Amino acid sequence: MAPLLEIKDLHAEIAGGRKIINGMNLTINPGEVHAIMGPNGAGKSTLSYVLSGKPGYEITGGEVIFRGVNLLDLSPDERAAQGLFLCFQYPLEIPGVSNMAFLHTAVNSQRKKRGEVELTSPELVRKVRELGKTLGIDADMLKRPVNVGFSGGEKKRNETLQMMLLEPYFCVLDEADSGLDIDALKVVSNGVNALRSPERSMLVITHYQRLLDYIVPDVVHVFNAGRIVHTGGKELALELEATGYAQYQSEAA
Amino acid sequence: MAAVQDTVEQVRSIDVDQYKYGFETNIESEKAPKGLSEEVIRFISAKKEEPEWMLQWRLDAYARWLTMQEPEWARVSYPQIDFQDLYYYSQPKKFKAPKSLDEVDPEILKTYEKLGIPLREQVILAGVEIPEGERPKIAVDAVFDSVSVATTFKEELKAAGVIFMPISEALREHPDLVKQYLGSVVPATDNYYATLNQAVFSDGSFVYIPPGVRCPMELSTYFRINEKNTGQFERTLIIADKGSYVSYLEGCTAPMRDENQLHAAVVELVALDDAEIKYSTVQNWYPGDAEGKGGIYNFVTKRGDCRGKNSKISWTQVETGSAITWKYPSCVLRGEGSSGEFYSIAISNGRQQVDSGTKMIHLGKNTTSRIISKGISAGKSNNTYRGLVSAHRKAAGARNFTNCDSLLIGDLCGAHTVPYIEAKNPTAQFEHEATTSKISEDMLFYCMQRGLSQEDAVALVVNGFVRDVLQQLPMEFAVEAQKLISISLEGSVG
Ligand SMILES: Nc1ncnc2c1ncn2[C@@H]1O[C@H](COP(=O)(O)OP(=O)(O)O)[C@@H](O)[C@H]1O
Ligand SMILES: [Mg+2]
Repeated sequence: MAPLLEIKDLHAEIAGGRKIINGMNLTINPGEVHAIMGPNGAGKSTLSYVLSGKPGYEITGGEVIFRGVNLLDLSPDERAAQGLFLCFQYPLEIPGVSNMAFLHTAVNSQRKKRGEVELTSPELVRKVRELGKTLGIDADMLKRPVNVGFSGGEKKRNETLQMMLLEPYFCVLDEADSGLDIDALKVVSNGVNALRSPERSMLVITHYQRLLDYIVPDVVHVFNAGRIVHTGGKELALELEATGYAQYQSEAA
Repeated sequence: MAAVQDTVEQVRSIDVDQYKYGFETNIESEKAPKGLSEEVIRFISAKKEEPEWMLQWRLDAYARWLTMQEPEWARVSYPQIDFQDLYYYSQPKKFKAPKSLDEVDPEILKTYEKLGIPLREQVILAGVEIPEGERPKIAVDAVFDSVSVATTFKEELKAAGVIFMPISEALREHPDLVKQYLGSVVPATDNYYATLNQAVFSDGSFVYIPPGVRCPMELSTYFRINEKNTGQFERTLIIADKGSYVSYLEGCTAPMRDENQLHAAVVELVALDDAEIKYSTVQNWYPGDAEGKGGIYNFVTKRGDCRGKNSKISWTQVETGSAITWKYPSCVLRGEGSSGEFYSIAISNGRQQVDSGTKMIHLGKNTTSRIISKGISAGKSNNTYRGLVSAHRKAAGARNFTNCDSLLIGDLCGAHTVPYIEAKNPTAQFEHEATTSKISEDMLFYCMQRGLSQEDAVALVVNGFVRDVLQQLPMEFAVEAQKLISISLEGSVG
């Protein structure tokens, strides 16, 4: 079975600035859920941005193969259409654009790029309402402008809704639990878990172990100074919780 | 900033590449001698077969204009205009006021077809996909350079008692109405360009809605400047008598030329008791090229007089064109309980300069006004909102709400907000909100991560930004305006 994602000796820096990703290697097979844990400032969010193509970063070495194509050659929207989804730690607000209209534009932009038939309004509305129900997202939230005035929990549920609707092959979740109380955390993780399937993989980025009680990973990586410094099973998360990252700091240098 | 930079680059080149209305119609024209003089004014008046009082009215304005100074307070700069180097009147050579569309020069009909303004009745502004039968009717008055070349749906409007015709024709057919109202909202003393307009105006539309009549269709005037070195000075007068309603749309384009062209129009609206006038403009005059060469100087005076009790006047404008825009559609809230509204979207890019806004003059008791202004600046343009809200001593209970938002695309453009507030009555309540934001790289990235192309992301964010105002436009105009906004942001993918 071909891997879904292969990161090979990736090096990246902030345009005109510091080097953040420093010889990173990672292979993820279809259906696997990997967790990346590491201290603040390790470069975890930067990794998610480099993978999704955010402007402002320069790739100085290595490659990323995703579903058989060289990911780094694609624009952010092409990467999205190829099946990469980034669940933002701080989702952006878009005033004046209703949530439903945004979802419609997003779904159909991707379908169009893939040469698939576009969803009609009634089809989309039905689908969104169904998915919304499972996340406690009501009609009012769908009418409101995207993320404007949403609470932290609402924003994360909205990210999860987008993810469920867009049905990506690969989900990167950056600190998916930040700003969530325990109830919201359960709703969001249930949504994420419902998406787990033999074809779909996930990369769960977090610096707390708590989230991994709800989204249980197959593999856990310790990430420091821009690369993976240690890899283990799901029990590694608990170990880290007890011992901290200090023991891996030296390995990183 | 790569994406935004690309957007900026693209936006910079738009005016050259994207202005779709820049073609020229080859048609012989008859002009007044070049320059401005009493003789030229007499020539225009004679061409129009005007009554003596009209000629006198023009000459009075001219005499006054000679003593006036060009205003300098706006945040716009341009070389001195040589008023002697312009033609003040141009009409198609074979022109004879047409009785029906069959008599209109086919070249001119073609021009309007190309512009998407077919003058065939039963059809509306092109490019809008609305099933036959559900299409709203729109009567069009088409003004080509200095003359009205066609007015549609005359008969149907006549049956409803509505008068909709070129102002030159109204002077002959309804002289008393014209005499009663012309210049009663914008007097000869008003401002430099309005006074000039009074001296030399050539044509424009006249509308009268009788008491209690709801105008059975949208009325529209479509202005086209074709001729070189020719100023366009049209004058529009709309009167909504007691309890009547009318919605009026105005559109405009001009060929691409290297020289600047002057457009100095005057629009006067009068709403009597319980009447309502909704006036919408999609202004798309040629903005000049990316380096600021050419384009229309748009110096326009638009004012509505809510003369009657509980009357209402609402201005909605989408401004994307012109090299310079100097324009403040205003409401004089004279009647008790009257209300005024101003909804504006002003987009500037390239080297465009926009200084636009409104005046809400509260004179009567319990008058209300609402101002929603959205300015979008890109390229090296400058976009200024300038607004005055005032309450007279007698305007007890006057209320205003102003919301004024600016959006910047790129680092080389400017947005400015200049509000003036004067309340001489202690019970007046004025609220003012203003924001300036920049289209952020993060917001575009968020949209693109969800699958939108960069171009679509910019259009989505901008459409969200202007939504409150777009909602105020009649449906078919909203669609056109939305397209226009997308066109002016087209090609933003790097
Ligand atoms: N746009 C930026 N400009 C400058 N420094 C940045 C930028 N983004 C991230 N950094 C720096 O890069 C390092 C890695 O940041 P980040 O990827 O956010 O780490 P993490 O998500 O693991 O906490 C930090 O030192 C951070 O300050
Ligand atoms: Mg982070």
